[in-house]
Amino acid sequence: MKDARRVISVIVMNESSVLARVTALFAGRGYNIESLTVAPIPNSQMSHITIETKGNAKVMEQITKQLHKLIPVYKVIEHEEMVEKEMVLVKFPIAENLSDIEALCRAYNGGIVNVGKEMVVAQVADEPTRIQHFIEAAQRYNPCEIVRGGVVAIER
Amino acid sequence: MQMSGAQMVCEAIIAEGVKTVFGYPGGAIMHVYDEIYKQNGFEHILTRHEQAAVHAADGYARATGKVGVAMVTSGPGFTNAVTGLATAYMDSIPLVVISGQVPLSLIGTDGFQEIDAVGISRPCTKHNFLVYSIEELPRILKEAFYIARSGRPGPVLVDVPKDITVAMGNFVYPETVNIPTYKPTYKGNKKQIEKAVEAIKKAKKPLIYAGGGIVLSNASDLVRELAEKTQIPAVETLMARGVMGAKNPLLLGMLGMHGNYASNMAMSETDLIIALGARFDDRVTGKLSEFARYADIIHVDIDPANISKLVDVDYPIVGDVRDVLENMIPLLEDVNPNRYQAWREILKRYDALHPQSYVDSDEVLKPQWVIERVGELVGENAIITSDVGQHQMWAAQHYPFDRPRQWINSGGLGTMGFGLPAAIGAKRAFPEKTVINITGDGSILMNMQELVTAAEYKIPVINLILNNHFLGMVRQWQSFFYEKRYSQTDLTFQPNWKALAEACGGIGYDVTTKEEFDAALKDAIVQDKVCFMNIAINRFENVLPMVPAGGALFNMMLPQSVEK
Repeated sequence: MKDARRVISVIVMNESSVLARVTALFAGRGYNIESLTVAPIPNSQMSHITIETKGNAKVMEQITKQLHKLIPVYKVIEHEEMVEKEMVLVKFPIAENLSDIEALCRAYNGGIVNVGKEMVVAQVADEPTRIQHFIEAAQRYNPCEIVRGGVVAIER
Repeated sequence: MQMSGAQMVCEAIIAEGVKTVFGYPGGAIMHVYDEIYKQNGFEHILTRHEQAAVHAADGYARATGKVGVAMVTSGPGFTNAVTGLATAYMDSIPLVVISGQVPLSLIGTDGFQEIDAVGISRPCTKHNFLVYSIEELPRILKEAFYIARSGRPGPVLVDVPKDITVAMGNFVYPETVNIPTYKPTYKGNKKQIEKAVEAIKKAKKPLIYAGGGIVLSNASDLVRELAEKTQIPAVETLMARGVMGAKNPLLLGMLGMHGNYASNMAMSETDLIIALGARFDDRVTGKLSEFARYADIIHVDIDPANISKLVDVDYPIVGDVRDVLENMIPLLEDVNPNRYQAWREILKRYDALHPQSYVDSDEVLKPQWVIERVGELVGENAIITSDVGQHQMWAAQHYPFDRPRQWINSGGLGTMGFGLPAAIGAKRAFPEKTVINITGDGSILMNMQELVTAAEYKIPVINLILNNHFLGMVRQWQSFFYEKRYSQTDLTFQPNWKALAEACGGIGYDVTTKEEFDAALKDAIVQDKVCFMNIAINRFENVLPMVPAGGALFNMMLPQSVEK
């Protein structure tokens, strides 16, 4: 069985230490977390945790089942047909070619969102693989800082 | 009704029908202990160590099937309880442990006796709570008991900050529980059960693989009925001893690392495993790639995560063993028991070839003889607890367990020091029964302070110390796999056991012969005091058969075969 990248959504009660329960489960059982995002679901007492992980089908089955066993976990979705997006913020020196940076960001569904005295901040939101491409392309403009947001996904 | 958090804790314990609580007071839990002093709804047994309090509640729970309750203070009180929680967690035992905590305002400040109890206990409890307000305390207590006993049972920790125990609030103990995220599955899928029944009807060499889940779901009568009706032979795990009954002709014995030849061969040759409340533990399967190579697998378990965790399962059935068997047995009406006759004959021959045996001696007591003799003298009337090591395996192999909940041991975690406090808990639950802790000269010292507890409360448990002056199981591995380098396992230096027992208010016996053993045990049974029976056994006796760790189940090191 091959290891593959997977994205799972975990719907949990929005209560104290629930994120610790989820991440401790991954750590304790030796599962991988590549990225993690979490936020409350609007108008509910639940939160949505999106976890990007790696594993074969058997490992994924165990992860799903073990997550289900946690008392505050309501639902676990192993994404198959999904729309997924990731956001990234990048800080460039203002001396770089700003119109090139703007054009690059536009190609990846973003743009320059803040301009300071010495730096500009660009934002891009796109599929994780495209975010990777964007970061590679951005290297020629000497980025000072790159902050990736982790994957969010929704089943189509 | 207005009351303090401390009173609420006591009221909830009473409302749950708990008659005995085991614990140890301290700063953060003092308000609760003050309320315990004032009430008379339950008794409190003061153990001499928090670990023992949890083991005692655990023994109580295993013996009765009810939720056991232990109470400890914050910091070291809680950390001492962790081994107890982990022991119960690994064997799915329903417990509610109440721990004190520093006041909410001090949490996170490294206060005196502060430790992150919910953080530490997360991986070794089914669930845990830190109480943030007096308003949620009644609901949390109710949910704790419910979560502990429902679904796959397990220990639940309720960590109560000191200011919550002082705070006043309105107490209405909820009648029902509604946790939208927690709905255990009890009913097995009908279609899956039907498919499993078809598989049983088609099988030629089916085998019932009985696990501890049967004990937890009180389903041993149905498992016996299943076996009897179909005449399918059965093997038991360490946790399931007593499920089939020792005299049951369909019981082959215990399987696994120290299983008997017929059981392990049956597992290796079966074409259909009927796994009931068992979880394919590594001590049971041996080398996974060689495990039951010819078998399809029916797996009934209340915990979906147990299914296909280690072996691929052909007929998964998520549900309570009792519920599933109630639906499965009627569908097996037309099975012809003669269908499996040839298979039973094969297994009978295996058992005749290498029966569970040992070489007895007139010069030195053999541990296996001691166990068998206990079985002859007290048999099905006794409750047997054990510690962990050789004595545990000899007890599991040789004692004639007749009913579930008769055998109480730490199977999953393998906790030395479990036996004596667990025996105290079991004896408190069943004062009329003889309760015997089969232990070793290593294990008993790990919680021997509980002699004092047993003496104080007149809980006359009998401790049979199978004394080989070794940490025997480790010594056995050193003999087999480390060229007899007995690193740190020689226990030649020993306490005076008789004097030790007497110093703590108990009775001591020194036993070196069969006659002395008979006399001592008969005397111990009628005494109303706890006792240590120091039984000198053959130093280098090994537990056999043995499947070396990681080896295939059918490659067993066998004892010399002898006429018994």
